Amino acid sequence: MEKILTINGKKFSFDNEKNLLEVIRKANIELPTFCYHSELSTYGACRLCMVNVEKRGILPACSTPPENGMVVVTNNEEIREMRKMIVELLLANHDKDCTSCHKSESCQLQTLARRLGIHKIRFKNVMKKEPQDFSTYSLVRDPNKCVLCGDCVRFCEEIQTVGAIDFAHRGSKSAVCPSFGKDLESSECVYCGQCARVCPTGALTPKSEVSHVWNALSNKNKTVVVAIAPAVRAAIGEAFGLNNETGTEAAGKMVTALKTIGFAKVFDISFAADMTIVEEAKEFVDRFSKGEKLPQFTSCCPAWVKFVEQYYPDMIENLSSCRSPQGMFGSLAKKVLPEMYGIKKEDLVVISVMPCTAKKFEARRPELSKDGLPDTDFVLTTQELARMIEESGLSFKDLEQSAFDVPLGFKTGGGVIFGNSGGVTEAVLRNVLAKEDSNEVDEFSFVRGEDGIRETTVSVNGKDLKVAVVYGLGNARKVVRDIKYNHKHYDLIEVMACPGGCIGGAGQPVYNSLDVRSKRTKCLYENDKVLELHKPQDNPYVQKIYKDFLKEPGSHEAHECLHTSHTSRKRLAENPFTIHKGKHEKTLKINVCFGTSCMLRGSQKLLKSILELVEKKNIQDKVEVQASFCFEKCARGPVVRIGSKVITKCTIELAEKAIDTEIKTIA
Amino acid sequence: MENYGKFDRVCQILEENGKDKAKLIPILQAVQDVYRYLPEEMLAFIASSLNISPARVYGVATFFSHFTLKPKGKHIIKVCDGTACHVKKSTLLIDAIKTKLKLGASEMTTKDMLFTIETVSCLGACGLAPVMVIDNDVHGQVTPEKVSKLIDDIMKQEEK
Repeated sequence: MEKILTINGKKFSFDNEKNLLEVIRKANIELPTFCYHSELSTYGACRLCMVNVEKRGILPACSTPPENGMVVVTNNEEIREMRKMIVELLLANHDKDCTSCHKSESCQLQTLARRLGIHKIRFKNVMKKEPQDFSTYSLVRDPNKCVLCGDCVRFCEEIQTVGAIDFAHRGSKSAVCPSFGKDLESSECVYCGQCARVCPTGALTPKSEVSHVWNALSNKNKTVVVAIAPAVRAAIGEAFGLNNETGTEAAGKMVTALKTIGFAKVFDISFAADMTIVEEAKEFVDRFSKGEKLPQFTSCCPAWVKFVEQYYPDMIENLSSCRSPQGMFGSLAKKVLPEMYGIKKEDLVVISVMPCTAKKFEARRPELSKDGLPDTDFVLTTQELARMIEESGLSFKDLEQSAFDVPLGFKTGGGVIFGNSGGVTEAVLRNVLAKEDSNEVDEFSFVRGEDGIRETTVSVNGKDLKVAVVYGLGNARKVVRDIKYNHKHYDLIEVMACPGGCIGGAGQPVYNSLDVRSKRTKCLYENDKVLELHKPQDNPYVQKIYKDFLKEPGSHEAHECLHTSHTSRKRLAENPFTIHKGKHEKTLKINVCFGTSCMLRGSQKLLKSILELVEKKNIQDKVEVQASFCFEKCARGPVVRIGSKVITKCTIELAEKAIDTEIKTIA
Repeated sequence: MENYGKFDRVCQILEENGKDKAKLIPILQAVQDVYRYLPEEMLAFIASSLNISPARVYGVATFFSHFTLKPKGKHIIKVCDGTACHVKKSTLLIDAIKTKLKLGASEMTTKDMLFTIETVSCLGACGLAPVMVIDNDVHGQVTPEKVSKLIDDIMKQEEK
C-alpha cells in the first residue's frame, strides 16, 4: 500500500524514510537543523526542525517517524516564533565576530539568522571568552563559537570511533572539549577534520596556512612550486558556485590561477600517485608471493596511519611502507627539482593543495623531512586555495585552462582516481593484473561503490587475492577486529578515513548533502576516462624518474626516497599510573603492563609480588613502580619493563633476576 | 607503598563491575570513595580498562556534581543554600566560614587539605534553616559564631 502524508496542504508519498525530516526535505522544504546529519545518530537537541502534526501538536521532525495519513505544517506563526527564539538564544552568548570568522559565508548559524530575519538579539551576552586551541597543525578549536549541537562529538565517536572530543561539564558551563580539558594535540585526534566538516559554525575549522604561502611567494629568493591533489579538481568549482565542472576544466583553471598568482611551477599530485601505485604494488606483489605481512594496508591516508599507530601498533608492519603521494611528491621534488632549476635546495618551497586536514599533520612528521628541511613546506586545503584565488581577484569561472608542468605534472587516470574510495585498489589492480597492451578503463571497476566496506576476490594465476575497500575509521576498526579476533583473511586493504575517500575530505568546500559526494566521485572517474593513459606504470615520466634517479621499483634508491617508517603512538603510553616512588634522586623504573590482555594473564598478582619483593629486599627508596598501558606485546603478556629491559611472559622469578642486575646500574 | 592498596582496590572495583562500560557511574562512585576524589591519571586508567575514550569518562565525571576532580579536604562542610536557608542568610555563613578558613573567592579547599566547603541546594531540613552538614553531622539554625566554634573543635581534635 502506498503511504501518503500531507505537508502544508499537499500530499506526498513516502517509503522507508527514517524520520519526518527526511520526507519533508524530499518535498523540497528546507527545514533548518543544526544537529541532524543523515550519517549520524539522531540527537534531537537543536529543536529547529519543529513542525506541527495535526492532533499531536508541535514535534521535532528529526525524531518523529512518518506515519500514513499524517497532516504536517512546517511553517506557521507559532513555529516561526519558536525558531527565531531558539536562534536568538544561541546567538546571545555566541562570539559574533562573523566578519573575521573562518566559517563566514559557510556558517549555518549565520545563514539561519539571515533566513529567519534576526537583526536584534534581546538577550545580554554573559559569555566569558575562552582561549582558542591552536595546538594542532590541522584544526583550530574555538569554544566561543560552539552551539553544543554535538555533531562533531557524534562523528568522532560513531563514524571514526576515536572519541577525541566529548561533552563535559553541565548546564551553562557545558562545553565540547578533549579529555581533561586539555588541547587537541594531546588527545587521540587523528586530524581527519570531519568534526570541522559537520560543525555548523566556526567552532572547529581547518587551520589556514595561506599567509605562510603568500610570504613564500613574495620572497624573491625562493622558487615556489605547487602540486594539486586529485580530489581537489572534483570540488574546487563548488567554492565558486560551479557544480558541473569536469575534472579537466577545474584542473586547467587551477593551473592558470596558480601561475597567475605567482607559483613557478604547477604540478599534479596524481603523478606522485602513479609512483605510489608502482611502489606499493611492487611491495604488495613481494608480500603476496611470500605470504608475509598480509594483509597489506594502504598508507596514503594520514588519519588512518595515525589511527593504526595509536590503536593497533602491533599491526604497523601491515601498513605499506610507501609514503603517501604527498610524501612522495615532496621528497621527489626536493631531490630532483633543485638540480633541474639550478637552485639551492633551501630555496625551493614545495606546497601541496589537499582535500585534507590531516595532510598538514603528515607534512610535519619528522620521518618526512631531510637534512632539517621538510619535504613539503606548506599544505593548503581546497578551501584555502579557493580563498587565495578570491584574494587575488581572479574570476575562477572565466579563467582559461592551462596544462600542468612536466615532469611532475603528467599523470595517468590511475593516479587521478586515487581521490575516490576504491581508487587506490583499482589502480593497484591495473598495475598488477592488466595486460601490458590493454588500456581498458573499466576492467577493474567492480571495486567501485558507495558502501563503507566492500570486499571482492580476484583470481591471480589460480590464487585467490582477497581485497577490501574501506572508508570511515569505524569501518576500518570492524575489519581489523575481524582479522584479529575472527581470523578473517584479506590480502590487500585500502582504508580512507573520510566518507567516500579523499573527495569527502574535510579540506574540501563544506557540503551538507550526500549527493555532493557522489557528484565528486563521478567527476574523478569521468576524468580518468578522458585521459590518454590509465595504468600508472605506463606513465612515461614515472618511467623516466626511475631510469634517471631511482633505478627500479623497490630498489634501495626508491626506498630511500619513496618509503617511510611508522611509529607506535599507543594512547596513554606517556601517562602511566605511579604506584610507588622511591625517595632517591635516581630510581629504577619498574613498569607493569595493565592492558587488558596482561591483566588477564595475571599482571595484578605480579605487581603485588613485585612490591613485596621490593620490600623484602629493602630497596623501596631506589625504585619507582608504575602501572602502564601496553608494550604492544599482548600475545606474550604479562609484560614488565625493568629499567631498560622488557620482559615478556614475566614471572616473579624473572622479575627478581632483572631487578637484581638492573638495580646495580643506578647505584 | 600506601598507593598500592588504593590501586589494588580500583582493580578490584573494575573486576567487580565486569569492566562493563555501562557501569561507569558506579565504578566512578566507588573509585571516588577510595581516593576521596577522581585523580586524572586514574580516570585515564579507567577509560583504558573499559575501552572507552578518556573524553567520555571526563564528560561523565564533570557532569555530576557528586564527582570531583580536585582533591577534597578531610572534613567536608556542606552549607545549604536552598530557598529557606538562603532567606535565613546562609550566604553570611559561607562568608564566615571562608574568612575563618582563610579561603579566597574561588577556593573551596584549605591548603592543609583539612577542610572543603561546598554549597548544596536543599538538605530537606528547611525547618532548621540555615542548615549545614559537617562530615555526617547535621547542624541546624547555625550562626557564624556557632560555625566558628564547630571548626575550632575539629581543628583542636586534629592537633591531638
